[in-house]
Amino acid sequence: MNAIEIEGVWKYYGDFPALREVSFSVAAGACLALLGRNGAGKTTLLRILAGLSKPGRGRVAIHGRDVRDSETRARIGVLGHGIAVYDELSALENLTLFAQLYDVANPRQAAHEWLERTGLERVGNARVREFSRGMRQRLALARAFLHEPSVLLLDEPFTSLDDRAIAVLQSVLLQARDQGRTIVMSTHQLREALALATDVAMIQRGKIAHTGPRTQEMLDDPGWLYRTYGEG
Amino acid sequence: MALLLRRTFLIAAKDLRAELRTKEAINASLSFSLVILLLFSFAFDPTSEEILNFSGGLLWIVFAFAGALILNRSFARELPNDCLDALIASPISSSALYLGKALANVLLLLGVEIVCLCVFGIFYNINWTVQLGPLVLVLVLGTWALTIIGTMFSALTVNLRLRELMLPTLVYPMLIPPLMSAMTLTSQLLSGAPLGPENFIWIRVLVAFDIIFTLLAFFLVDFVLVG
Amino acid sequence: MREKVVYVLCAVAAVLLAYNLYKIFLVEPDEASQGAIFRIIYFHVPAAFTAFTAFFAAMIASVMYLARKDLRYDSVAASATEVGLAFAAINLVTGSIWGRIIWGIWWTWDARLTSMLVCWILYFAYLMLRRAIEEPTQRARLSAVLSIFASVDIVIVWKSIEWFRTQHPGPVLEIRNGGGMAPGMEAPLWWNYLAMACLATVLVLIRMRQENLRGEIDTLRRYAHAM
Repeated sequence: MNAIEIEGVWKYYGDFPALREVSFSVAAGACLALLGRNGAGKTTLLRILAGLSKPGRGRVAIHGRDVRDSETRARIGVLGHGIAVYDELSALENLTLFAQLYDVANPRQAAHEWLERTGLERVGNARVREFSRGMRQRLALARAFLHEPSVLLLDEPFTSLDDRAIAVLQSVLLQARDQGRTIVMSTHQLREALALATDVAMIQRGKIAHTGPRTQEMLDDPGWLYRTYGEG
Repeated sequence: MALLLRRTFLIAAKDLRAELRTKEAINASLSFSLVILLLFSFAFDPTSEEILNFSGGLLWIVFAFAGALILNRSFARELPNDCLDALIASPISSSALYLGKALANVLLLLGVEIVCLCVFGIFYNINWTVQLGPLVLVLVLGTWALTIIGTMFSALTVNLRLRELMLPTLVYPMLIPPLMSAMTLTSQLLSGAPLGPENFIWIRVLVAFDIIFTLLAFFLVDFVLVG
Repeated sequence: MREKVVYVLCAVAAVLLAYNLYKIFLVEPDEASQGAIFRIIYFHVPAAFTAFTAFFAAMIASVMYLARKDLRYDSVAASATEVGLAFAAINLVTGSIWGRIIWGIWWTWDARLTSMLVCWILYFAYLMLRRAIEEPTQRARLSAVLSIFASVDIVIVWKSIEWFRTQHPGPVLEIRNGGGMAPGMEAPLWWNYLAMACLATVLVLIRMRQENLRGEIDTLRRYAHAM
């Protein structure tokens, strides 16, 4: 069974289709780089995959089940544009809360582990309000993945990360790939994404322009995809 | 079911902890209610006996207006850092999220209301413990009504530009039945009249309103939060 | 096809209204205690019936939208609510005039008039909410939920204000004076309801067409931006 199955998905804003007849599947353990210009529909598609938005037509299945199922959502980790942590709570409280929401077996232990992993263990009891930007980004990574999701959805994750955060993100993604988890990542940072990716999908004006494995050609010349399948 | 309750309490605890740390909404709410109570003293003679006739009306207007400040923040506090998306994407159902926030709100509102009652008793020389049991019942039922509607519409307006302007316009007309009931009962209870067959109908209105709209909100909130 | 329906209904409404006006003003005798002004009831009451029919249709359309996600249902809901508001306003204004002639005051807090006023404010809030949301699908979804809440609330509002007025009696705009209306006198009421219902349907159909055109323009604009 494929990790992600998307069939005939349309998303409407009024009568305007932001996504048109989107169909593809992602095998378990694959890492899919989702490419496309701004406004093409990458974020819309990711939001539907994350269960934040319902498609107008079509269906989305994660591990064979509807994404709005509570159990399915426990296996998905989402990293969006915002850091999704509470400023008034401490780093430890934030991570414990999300661990509990995701039914992690030992929430506090998991929280501590991820604080160490992201280099935040010394400031674990400080309010997030006091964190620097880099620290907040690393905490966001911890929040998104501490429940060991089998499907990771990331919306432009490399954008505006400092080098320490990028190092944490890359270690998380590499470990996820080694553990056979599925990753879908939308991105403008072609080199980092294509280095990790096993598959590539390109969206243009709401339609899938190309899907297929990531080739050496793409790795050598990242712009090739846009020239081949882009406007025109 | 147990899972629903557990997640509801998780959210309620989170909201309460966050609010009690910053106290932004509570402080605004308390100051606003004190100011209204003060202003009312200029509207009518505070020492007259007649004030018992509209004590209920006065109190519930204060509760409704000051409560709106807390209710408005309810879902709005999830907007910074995109926390709302993280909650919706998590395994918690929209209904449990809604109930958790409503629970936190009702506790915060009851806290503000008790302070208001004390101040009111002092400012207007009214002994509000005279029918304490029934008064507490009316407070809880009426506050739950305020909360379920206010929290629901906080969710509905969370992504709108004109949220602060829209929320009062949407919420207050809808609250006329419970407010009317609570005002009538409170005036009577503060005057010393007990709950009896003539005014029990207002308790029934409150209970019916609470049950109907809790169920309606519970089932419709998912349409509001997931687009 | 749609155009033909509109024209036919328009003609039917015009004929009915003309006939009713003839009967109301030239054939019916003056009412015993209230005099000529009593004839206003033949517009006041049917306007209320028409308004409620429209609001009920809007609620059904809202439920259908949430179930089917077809924007045409949203179109029906919005148009029906607007037309309902217009007829509710007619009811309020005629009620006010009636009260002024009979008792010399412009507003009476009569139970039915008060309930209609709350109704009007609730559905006006619905229109305000629609204006505040730009994106059509979000607008349809959120206003559908509001419409359902408002409709359920109307029922509770109506009954509770009635009970409130039995405890705090005031002037009442009465249809029946001590017993019943003379049998012949009720007929124009229902005929006028039919006429107003036809007129309301015409208005809703026209408004729906406008709403659909607006949706088309919005879609074209989005296509243009996407280029």
